[in-house]
Amino acid sequence: MEDLHLLNLTKKFGDVAAVDDLTLTIPAGSFFALLGASGCGKTTTLRMVAGLEDPTAGTIRIGAKDITNLRAFQRPVNTVFQSYALFPHLDIFENVAFGLRRRGVKDVKTPVNQMLELVELSALARRKPTQLSGGQQQRVAVARALINEPDVLLLDEPLGALDLKLRRQMQIELKRIQNEVGTTFVHVTHDQEEAMTMADTVAIMNAGRIEQMGNPATIYELPKTVFVANFLGQSNLITGTAQGRNGDDILVSAHGQTYAVPAARSTAAGDSIIVGVRPEKMTVLDAPDGHKAPASHNKILGRVTDVSYAGVSTQYLVRTPWEQELTVFEQNVIVGDRCSVGDEVLLHWAPEHTFGLDGKQDVHAGVAPEVLDLEAAALALEPRGE
Amino acid sequence: MRFIRRNLLGVIAILVLVYLFIPIAVVAVLSFNKPSGKFNISWTQFSTDAWTNLCGVPGVCSSFITSIQIGIISTLVATALGTMIAFALVRYRFRGRSTTNLLIFLPMATPEVVMGSSLLALFLNLRFPLGQWTVVIAHIMFIISFVVVTVKARLQGLDPKLEEAARDLYANPRATFRYVTLPLVAPGIAGAALLGFSLSFDDFIISYFNAGTLVTFPIFIWGAAQRGIPVQVNALATLVFVVALLIVLGSQLVNYRRRRKLLSA
Repeated sequence: MEDLHLLNLTKKFGDVAAVDDLTLTIPAGSFFALLGASGCGKTTTLRMVAGLEDPTAGTIRIGAKDITNLRAFQRPVNTVFQSYALFPHLDIFENVAFGLRRRGVKDVKTPVNQMLELVELSALARRKPTQLSGGQQQRVAVARALINEPDVLLLDEPLGALDLKLRRQMQIELKRIQNEVGTTFVHVTHDQEEAMTMADTVAIMNAGRIEQMGNPATIYELPKTVFVANFLGQSNLITGTAQGRNGDDILVSAHGQTYAVPAARSTAAGDSIIVGVRPEKMTVLDAPDGHKAPASHNKILGRVTDVSYAGVSTQYLVRTPWEQELTVFEQNVIVGDRCSVGDEVLLHWAPEHTFGLDGKQDVHAGVAPEVLDLEAAALALEPRGE
Repeated sequence: MRFIRRNLLGVIAILVLVYLFIPIAVVAVLSFNKPSGKFNISWTQFSTDAWTNLCGVPGVCSSFITSIQIGIISTLVATALGTMIAFALVRYRFRGRSTTNLLIFLPMATPEVVMGSSLLALFLNLRFPLGQWTVVIAHIMFIISFVVVTVKARLQGLDPKLEEAARDLYANPRATFRYVTLPLVAPGIAGAALLGFSLSFDDFIISYFNAGTLVTFPIFIWGAAQRGIPVQVNALATLVFVVALLIVLGSQLVNYRRRRKLLSA
């Protein structure tokens, strides 16, 4: 098996670049996820690899072989479509056998039955696609593509049409199948949780470009752009100015407070720095207990505006003196009283959990527009000057 | 009273069905009549004469066969052409596409009298001899519109992802058409062909203008109506109805069997 290379791949629809000068290597045998909001160019990228869309510029190679100018039916690449696109006039067996028959394979019976066994559908071989449930159709779509032993299997939002429980099952199922066959899977999705649980490498795409790429934990712990910090999970971002160094830490002042950001964890070029921390890295203390926070920690005073208990954890919304709302997740391991709405609290977290981002970015990049609308509406409703 | 109130919908439905089927029933019943005079309009005596001697009246069978021939030829040609036009209109963007769409509708909107007479004028000007071929040309012309509309609807309902999936699974353009597009559009094409045939078989006005001395089945009936319609016409009409009914029942049966088989599988 060989790596999939995308070199300076560009696709323009009119004047709009859906995919903008994308260069990417997807290692053979990996489970690779292209993650992004709708319209970020991830599906277009996938369709170019499949041969269903012609690139405006750039090259697609598998190993040393240039496949840019091959037609879709000539490429050693198969696709699992979002809507499955099973042939409604053919039964499950014939759907799975379709690729083999087109390539003139004589004995299709053995491989088709083997493949149906792999996806646990042997009993339904003579049913028509419409008689299957969503999850079963999904497995047929995977079998129909995999039976051709492609160099790369492309999955276009394959779980989008399934309900939550089934989606969980299929995530595990797909991972099992990938382990078993060892084919390179390129998975396009807008669901960050799906990407993180399934893929060993995630590339986050925004406006036709890759924002950050790596294994899910690395990206989550150390996002390099505001978009990634907001799009993959949630982040609390505070804009400040660099005031100097303290050993390996950059000292950033914001709203009269100084925060330590490890220099190695900052991608800021100038003095303007966005201080970032993930919600579960913060600890909430009642303000009178504030002295219990370690001296080296970064600290913020605020007032609790919302508490949502969610079993495993509790989510607090804390309003800072400069009217910014921060989110904190706390594991429910505390015995006794929790903070409640209106409490004055101290938030603190270790500097090594802090990351620094370039201050020239919009702090709302990557936040879903609906969330921003909701926040604006909530602020407008709030009674002022109490 | 309460019975009627409870079953009002059923009662009305039955009345409507009766209203629809009375004319057909009258035609079928009278095919077993032995009329006393020239006109087969009142029941006199049961007889199977017309059925045992279907071609007993001069001209009735030859006109019937002529109509079937014209129907088959014009349906085949119109279905082939109409299907191609439908594909072109749905699949490709080209100059004059919307104009073509509009023009395709015109024959359906034009009164048949106007179309028949203008075609006649055209054939006379070209000194084209009137007969079977002028009728065939005229029929093809108006059937095409119906074929295009029917096949287009089917094609527009076809998920383009299915053809992409075929291409993705090593089907070249020809194989994609043969194994995916055509089987999926076939019911639409078959429906269009059946519709086309019945339109052609049925047509009187346009045929009458352009037939010259040729006698199609509707023209024969028209002529016979002046002198008294022979019972054989009733018998042939009933036969056509029964054949159509059998085709419908047959397809229903096949569907039913298939469903049963799938459910038990």
